[in-house]
Amino acid sequence: MDMKRAYYEDVRFFSSGAVVFWFAALIIALGIYPFVFKNYYVYVANYVAINIMVVVGLNLLVGYTGQISLGHAGFFAVGAYGTIALMTQAHFPFLAALISAGFIAAILGFLLGLPALRLEGPYLAIATLGFGVTITQIIGKIDLLGGRQGLHAPDLIVLGRHLNTDREFYFLVVPITVLLVLFARNLTKTKVGRAFVAIRDAEIAAETIGVNLVMYKTLAFAISAFYAGVAGGLYAFVLRFIDPELFGLFMSIMFLTMAVVGGLGSVMGPVAGAMLLSWLDLELRNILSVPYLGQWLRQLSEQYFSLTGVSNIQFIVFGGILIFIMIFEPLGLYGFWIRTKKYWKTWPF
Amino acid sequence: MIDLMQMIISGIAVGSSYALMGLGMVLIYKSSAVPNFVQGEMALLPVFIAYMIIDTYGYPVHVAFAGALAFAVLLGCFLEFAIVRRAKEPNVIGLIIITIGMEMALLGLVSWKFGADQRTMPFPISSYDSVMVGGLYISTLDLLTLTVALVLMTGLFLFFRFTKFGVAMKATQQNEAVARLMGIRTRRVKMMTWGISAMVGTVAGLLIAPTIIEPYMMWDPLLKGFAGAVVGGMTSLPGAVFGAYIVGIIEHLFGGYVSIEFKSVVAFAVIVIVLCVKPSGLFARHYVKKV
Repeated sequence: MDMKRAYYEDVRFFSSGAVVFWFAALIIALGIYPFVFKNYYVYVANYVAINIMVVVGLNLLVGYTGQISLGHAGFFAVGAYGTIALMTQAHFPFLAALISAGFIAAILGFLLGLPALRLEGPYLAIATLGFGVTITQIIGKIDLLGGRQGLHAPDLIVLGRHLNTDREFYFLVVPITVLLVLFARNLTKTKVGRAFVAIRDAEIAAETIGVNLVMYKTLAFAISAFYAGVAGGLYAFVLRFIDPELFGLFMSIMFLTMAVVGGLGSVMGPVAGAMLLSWLDLELRNILSVPYLGQWLRQLSEQYFSLTGVSNIQFIVFGGILIFIMIFEPLGLYGFWIRTKKYWKTWPF
Repeated sequence: MIDLMQMIISGIAVGSSYALMGLGMVLIYKSSAVPNFVQGEMALLPVFIAYMIIDTYGYPVHVAFAGALAFAVLLGCFLEFAIVRRAKEPNVIGLIIITIGMEMALLGLVSWKFGADQRTMPFPISSYDSVMVGGLYISTLDLLTLTVALVLMTGLFLFFRFTKFGVAMKATQQNEAVARLMGIRTRRVKMMTWGISAMVGTVAGLLIAPTIIEPYMMWDPLLKGFAGAVVGGMTSLPGAVFGAYIVGIIEHLFGGYVSIEFKSVVAFAVIVIVLCVKPSGLFARHYVKKV
């Protein structure tokens, strides 16, 4: 394996020529994707890209800083509602509204980070969970934000252009996603990311060597919330209609699942995890139309279970994946990738 | 004044089911150091089994409840033996995620079988009858819940105080390595702890069942029980009970005097405040982790 001799070798943007090649290939593939695939798959790509944003952000908090959060749907909701409200009530242009909503989420993240300074483990889990549940309740009671009825997204105008179709929206979402993922990757390589890892591995030791716990822990919450907020703002325009029920505890759990399946403590892992699970989520919604498996499941449901509840199979699948990953491959898809890479590098030895 | 008393009574009644859930969580947290998110679903499946025994096979209620409790013990033991024990070098986040995974799988199984319909358990005591105690109304079901919770808590106390197995459990929770050196089969003790915890949770579930049975019925008691346990300190059984009653009472008082709409979330505000003042809850000694 490659040996790194200096700090700047580790933080370099492209570590080798192969990476430059694959990065260019990825960008080109992303560029031509919407022209190759049907409209539905472009919609799927938008949905996946938004999940990637949240999960990469969540992973900065859970995977790198070691602080669990079961309340990310709350930040997501703040981003979604914030963007729409700023656009319709305060007449912000879209990008300004999106970024402001991201910062509102970040401020809430900072505030949630303050009690988190004193909490760990189950205490932090319940505090963040409580935040997520409470924030959607509060949003549901504010008439300005549509209350229980929800809100419709206004027309999307970016830099003077109307974005009406999924395909046009794709060229807004994907560049933002790529930028945020790159930012996360760079963050983890440099001082801030190293401070996060130090806090995760040994809090007190990190403090003694001069890592400012208050600053970095709240910063981790704020950055993570910012990611969720921006993603939420874009999500509002994917759905075009939002209501508080969407952003429940289950959504927070799904984000955490994606991060774990992808691999905590890496950047590309969560990207893979978000892609895999968002795709599975969409596929499992109409599992009965899958050839062979669908028929067998229909029979099984009619005989032993109920046909009305068959969509709940997705819970079983996701739960099973979580258990399987934690028991056999705690580092998730990323760990699996590392092992495979190592194995083939030295093959046949 | 009578309103206040009435609200406190209702709070105590609802707090009893929270207390049972909280007790179950604390039992498991003490022995396996897992905040157990599957606690609700460990109770949900047995409740639905009881419903099936009554509804499909037509057995009387007491047979069904006994069957459900026995099944709960087996389920708890199975989950620990087959899944939690198998985790490689688990940390807290990993364990939380495993319990969330089990929770989703069991929830999916139950909703697949029974759909999202709301049903009620056929039960001899109805929640609509009430008795009057000193000018206050209390529904017979609430009274039963309170009685059962108190009996169960006393039973647990006696179990930990006077039986060999209970003492072994306490020893395992206090110091696992030393307990094993003293000849206690700590892994088996842990497994049984999960079984007992599932049973305690199922009692709570069965007492909610006459009002409503649906796949999400245990979410609220789980979260409130968890909140109560955290307020009480997560490692103290009396603390969990006390915390759960506090949560139940505050919830009802808030619902009565301030705002009925935010009733269900006030518990979380309370725990955030409590945790900011005492990060390890009210009843736990604060352990400082060494580097």
